[in-house]
Amino acid sequence: MRSKVVLRRVMAKPQVVIGLIGVLALLALAYLGPLFGQYTWEQKDFTAFRSPPGADHWWGTTQIGQDMFAVTLRGMQKSILIGFLVALISTGLAALVGAFAGYFGGKLDKILMWGTDLLLVLPSFLIIAVISPRLESGSWLMFVVLLASFSWMITSRVVRSMTLSLREREYVLAARYMGIPDWKIIFRHVVPNLSSLLIIDATMNVSGAIIGETALSYFGFGVRPPDVSLGTLISAGGGSTAISYPWLFLFPAGLLVLLVLFINLIGDGLRDALDPGSTS
Amino acid sequence: MGTYLLRRLLSSVILVAIAASLAYLLAASSLNPRANYTGRQPPIPVGVVDSTLSEYNLNDKTPLLERYGTWVSGVVQGDFGKTWDGGSVNQQMGQRVGVSLRLLLIGTLLGSTLGVAVGAFAAIRQYRISDRAIGVASFVVMAVPVFVLATLLTIGATGLNGAVGHTLIEYTGEYNPALSGVDQLLNRLNHLILPTISLCLGQIAFYSRIQRNMMLDVLGQDFVRTAQAKGLSRRTALVKHALRTALIPSATYFAFAFGTMLTGATFTEKIFGWHGMGEWLVESIQHNDTNAVAAVALFAAVCVLVAGVLSDLLVAALDPRVRVS
Repeated sequence: MRSKVVLRRVMAKPQVVIGLIGVLALLALAYLGPLFGQYTWEQKDFTAFRSPPGADHWWGTTQIGQDMFAVTLRGMQKSILIGFLVALISTGLAALVGAFAGYFGGKLDKILMWGTDLLLVLPSFLIIAVISPRLESGSWLMFVVLLASFSWMITSRVVRSMTLSLREREYVLAARYMGIPDWKIIFRHVVPNLSSLLIIDATMNVSGAIIGETALSYFGFGVRPPDVSLGTLISAGGGSTAISYPWLFLFPAGLLVLLVLFINLIGDGLRDALDPGSTS
Repeated sequence: MGTYLLRRLLSSVILVAIAASLAYLLAASSLNPRANYTGRQPPIPVGVVDSTLSEYNLNDKTPLLERYGTWVSGVVQGDFGKTWDGGSVNQQMGQRVGVSLRLLLIGTLLGSTLGVAVGAFAAIRQYRISDRAIGVASFVVMAVPVFVLATLLTIGATGLNGAVGHTLIEYTGEYNPALSGVDQLLNRLNHLILPTISLCLGQIAFYSRIQRNMMLDVLGQDFVRTAQAKGLSRRTALVKHALRTALIPSATYFAFAFGTMLTGATFTEKIFGWHGMGEWLVESIQHNDTNAVAAVALFAAVCVLVAGVLSDLLVAALDPRVRVS
């Protein structure tokens, strides 16, 4: 019943509706688009290098004859996948660390919060860039873990302070006096009560992670060849290439901006609907 | 205030030391300076490579902690070590820090003041067309990463230059060494235009969103109405009473915004061909240059912590309650 009320309130926000339609359209483009293209992303057309968009190659071709339409969609798939995975892991980690630190307090709280503060001080972009030469090419999952492990700290502080007050609520006390183990209380009574915060955070994390991934891949510190992501494509099409062969830059960059924009719209609307007290 | 600042300084120094040490250890264990010397034609004998690397304190056959010890004893005396090809890190840093600081300083000043002004303006005109336009624009700008924005700016500049027929806006490098005097100064300013825009735009969007929300909270409060009832003009009431109070939360975000700009500066420097610290970071990782990476990390940590202290000082200057307690 409550979920229906919340859903109706969320869907009444135009931002959420526009954002959802946009994200779904981009998802459809990324995953269904390649079925309609005439070329696969691995194919090279040796008769067309850097040819502008046309009837044969819809979005033109790259300097080695790859079909830009196929390559860009392939890159978008990877960027979306990384974005969603990072958001999932990072929000989960934030909820876990924050809830445990807040619920148990004492020494565990001190240790966890000290670690959180230390990670907050470290320049994440620099650290991931320095570690990246160690990752073998193709091991993008490790890259996901790295990105996620540097993006959960602020949320986990918020989760902790909210848990501190939830801990004293009657239903939590009641559960504790009934002898329910602590971890069960955390997962059944504390975390669900933070769900609106966590949903908003996860949404915002998706766009943050996509920007982080593309930024690192832009310098070759993230996704690496033969894999492609929007970041590697923007990097390949950027610089002086972008001036003479704009389609190599504009298609991946445009899709990236649209993707981030629509996800931010959803996050913004969710915040308005679920967390009206927040100001920023 | 004095003891507070002293304690703050001490903890900052410790944090900088931890951050730089961690960066050094990570860089020393994951980068491989030896790769610069192997695979050459004719091949360099292993003994020669070893002795050269040892001389630069980059030899991976020396235990990590020993290398770290040498590095720390150098840094304490103000010597940041050697680059992979034997150059002095200090010398490179001396050239690059100024370049980066100039960009960062201009970006911070313009970004925060314009952002606050735009946000306050939007709040005063809430729900009018100008407010909505600013809101949409800042939302869109926040979705555009710096490297996309910078590339778009170069495309725009070349288009404009082509249309005018000569180089109206410069988009590579820092200055033209062939010029001198006033021409040189104007040329430097011209080179600054695009990097400044690409750094500032995101900052303006960020600050304007915060400032608008904070200003709206304050505008409805009694003390602003009282100030106007006492006979202050609307303008004075808004600037002296409302804006000042609403500035406090923005000031607390200062350190955070500076951190994002530091990352953004890396892209700006790289794309516009400025030889600053950010460009150096990228190049030194690609060249497996451990000592240079550590130096950039130290610089970044110092910058972020200085921004943190500045942000605290700003809050203290704006909020009397902080000064009293």
